[in-house]
Amino acid sequence: MAAASNNPPLLEVKNLRVEFPTRRGTLLAVDDVSFDIAPGEVLGVVGESGAGKSLTGNAIIGLLEPPGRIAGGEIRLEGRRIDNLPYEEMRKVRGARIGAIFQDPLTSLNPLYSVGRQLVETIQTHLPLSGSQARARALDLLKEVGIPGAEMRIDHYPHQFSGGMRQRVVIALALCAGPRLIVADEPTTALDVSIQAQIIALLKRLCREHGTAVMLVTHDMGVIAETADRVAVMYAGRIAEIGPVRDVVKHAQHPYTKGLMGSIPSLGVRTERLTQIDGAMPRLTEIPKGCAFNPRCTVLGQRCMVERPELMAAGASRAACWHHDRGGVGQPVAKETVNA
Amino acid sequence: MAGWLHRFTDSDIWWSFKSSPMTVAATVVTFLIIAISFLSPILAPHTPFDPATLSLSDGLKPPVLISSDGDWTFPLGTDDQGRDILSSIMYGTRLSLVVGFASVVVAMFIGITLGLVSGYFGGTIDAVIMRIADVQLTFPAILVALLIDGIVRTVISVKRHDEIALFVIVGAIGLSFWVQYARTVRGSVMVEKNKEYVQAARVIGLPPVLIMVRHVLPNVTGPVLVIATINLGLAIITEATLSFLGVGLPSTEPSLGTLIRLGNEVLQSGDWWITVFPGVTLAALVLAVNLLGDWLRDALNPKLR
Amino acid sequence: MLAFILRRILQSIAVLLAVGLVAFSLFRYVGDPINAMVGQDTTMEQREELRQKLGLNDPAPIQFAKFIANAARGNFGLSYRTSEPVGRMILERMPATLELSFCAALFALFVGVPMGVYTGLYPRHWTSRLLQAISLIGISLPTFLIGILLILIFAVSLHWLPSFGRGQTVQIGWWTTNFLTVKGLQALILPSITLGLFQLTLLMRLVRSEMLEVMRADYIKFARARGLTNRAINFGHALKNTLVPVITVTGLQLGALIAFAIVTETVFAWPGVGQLFIQSVQFSDIPVMAAYLLLIGLLFVLINLTVDLLYFAVDPRLRGGGLARAGGH
Repeated sequence: MAAASNNPPLLEVKNLRVEFPTRRGTLLAVDDVSFDIAPGEVLGVVGESGAGKSLTGNAIIGLLEPPGRIAGGEIRLEGRRIDNLPYEEMRKVRGARIGAIFQDPLTSLNPLYSVGRQLVETIQTHLPLSGSQARARALDLLKEVGIPGAEMRIDHYPHQFSGGMRQRVVIALALCAGPRLIVADEPTTALDVSIQAQIIALLKRLCREHGTAVMLVTHDMGVIAETADRVAVMYAGRIAEIGPVRDVVKHAQHPYTKGLMGSIPSLGVRTERLTQIDGAMPRLTEIPKGCAFNPRCTVLGQRCMVERPELMAAGASRAACWHHDRGGVGQPVAKETVNA
Repeated sequence: MAGWLHRFTDSDIWWSFKSSPMTVAATVVTFLIIAISFLSPILAPHTPFDPATLSLSDGLKPPVLISSDGDWTFPLGTDDQGRDILSSIMYGTRLSLVVGFASVVVAMFIGITLGLVSGYFGGTIDAVIMRIADVQLTFPAILVALLIDGIVRTVISVKRHDEIALFVIVGAIGLSFWVQYARTVRGSVMVEKNKEYVQAARVIGLPPVLIMVRHVLPNVTGPVLVIATINLGLAIITEATLSFLGVGLPSTEPSLGTLIRLGNEVLQSGDWWITVFPGVTLAALVLAVNLLGDWLRDALNPKLR
Repeated sequence: MLAFILRRILQSIAVLLAVGLVAFSLFRYVGDPINAMVGQDTTMEQREELRQKLGLNDPAPIQFAKFIANAARGNFGLSYRTSEPVGRMILERMPATLELSFCAALFALFVGVPMGVYTGLYPRHWTSRLLQAISLIGISLPTFLIGILLILIFAVSLHWLPSFGRGQTVQIGWWTTNFLTVKGLQALILPSITLGLFQLTLLMRLVRSEMLEVMRADYIKFARARGLTNRAINFGHALKNTLVPVITVTGLQLGALIAFAIVTETVFAWPGVGQLFIQSVQFSDIPVMAAYLLLIGLLFVLINLTVDLLYFAVDPRLRGGGLARAGGH
């Protein structure tokens, strides 16, 4: 949070809307989403599948899959608007200013080319380096992401690496041209649990060293709590709550966030039972009037049924709930003291 | 009934069908050709293969649009024997369709049976059937059909061959197209075999084969239907090719392929209509069926769309 | 890698033996070799003597071994129809078929693959839709009909190209070639197009669907996210990944070309092996049928082996080494 207030934001997303035309009408998959990311900051984005978090990430790197399209709002990187750039201009931003990491390291790498070749081609696309310079840089990157025996492994093919090692290669590829922001879409979901922590630690360390900001998209609240500076909770295409990770985890304002936190088992804390949120997220075709969360909400009021709440200041965070001040009546909350 | 109809008209399949004008057109053309050809005894202006009605003086008349006398007796002209081309085409199409459908049914029957057997019993039987399938798959269907026809010709007399030519051709084409069905069904059986309901059926003493047939067949209806539609086009082409090569149906009972062969023999003299009209009919029929097959594959397999 | 190739070679031999068994059964049991050699008035004793002499009373496995051994030396017996040695008949007609198939394959490859790449990359462009529609017509037209139409247009109406035969050929050793004379080359044009057109449309449709499939792959999306140029993505990453299935099908189709040459050769009165085979089916000339079957079997096996070797050149996953973990696509 501290970083965010001192510097101008690296990435600004304002009123972003992403829609999908289908034969049953147009679906609004991302609805009026706004947030900033400061230089070097890690923003976690959580939500159930279908909440619109991956689409937001794809919209930022300009790779929405048709027929999905940006229907409104704007995205600025370092003050420059990038959501309406021509393909060729945006291509030069991708990889150079914004790196990306996808979910599955098994399928992110082209199986027919050696990892060295894939690194070198990415480096040379964005940086004016000779073949041998690019190879030297590729080697450095592989060492930096912790590939043992990088000198030998550089000429190996993706299938010769284990899952965790492949994701390290993918991270190296994302860092090739020294981007200012990395959009990491579920970077650990496809990995073994034992590997997940290593990859997250690596990502965190590298970004701190390089001063790279990260938008970390995941459905794993544990990963967010571990890594992020701030967190945005998405529900049915909108941001339900956004704020410093400590506040959101400890003092969730939105009943949905509270439900999410209740579903994480924590060590050392004796809990009678994990809470769960009843029901499921509505399909995009069936989002109710008023607050989208109202069918599952435990602190429901009259207003929630008719008027959609915008994000409003709530403690140290901002939440889109009419009852944030009540802190979620349905569940007992220990103390409301904010330890800032 | 109304509910069923509504569910159908509301389904993705129906929607994808409606939104593809090519597919609708192909369906119309297919059913039109089928209807007209099967009604040919009623609709056809002549009975071209009854020698009593033929007159050599009617021979080689050009189609009415380019003829000088404007006589509509033979709208598409006649061949060298004085047979009406239009009527020949109608009867010929019927024969081509019969052979096509019958050989698809034969191939389907052989393929599904062998697929069930292969998948259910596994082991040696499976290995043998699948190796045969592999080997046969490397040989084009037309070659297999030609070989089978050649063998039958050797074993029985020429006269007898003409009598049973239809069955020989259906059998030959059927035998050359069974592999795909067998592979599809086998794959599905392998998946279903180890599921609990089959084990459960075994425990309560029901013959598991019965249970499997009842559960596996609905699962493979989609793919089998797609294969069958695509194979129908192929089977019609194969029959036409065999007949064109002179090893299919005898010229006393001409299919479209036979008609094209007869026309081809006099092609050099410029009497193009004898060949071209049956050719166009054949192409239109196969194209329509292929369009249907293509659409069906896409509609039932959205991944490939 | 060596083990893989060795296994493939063993499999090929097994397939060849299976085909050989079919050919042998044809030769020995469907046709009666004795009937073909002797006249009506030969007595039973004479027949039996001949039978003994030819080894037709030996146990079946021994006869099969002899049959294979003879076939390996190109000895397939005498044709029932012409009483010539079958091996020589086939050898004389082989060049005509091979040259025709070669030209058809070149035509199919060099037109079909680029068309497939184009329609795969720009599936929504109107030219792609047009090509796709034409290709459907292409696979719906039987080969013989295409041949007839081409003859009607270019030979009968326009008189541009010959409609039958090989035109002028030049003899080089036992090989006769069309490639060295203008007339010979002209005679090749229509039959090659006829024979190649079906494979062309097939290849185009295959490359297109593979290309569409690959373009959806995660590594293509990741390549875009890395900011690679379209050129590098389309022709470096995507095209190379479509190669494996394309090689497989091209190989199979190459074999199919030689078999489909039967039809084209009949339409264009092309004096090749296919025409010989059709005549043998019509006249129940079993030795020729058996020999042709073996020949096609051999060709398919050789082509399949070549295809397997090409895989190694394209796909590093098959070359082994390192962790050699499967999966990844």
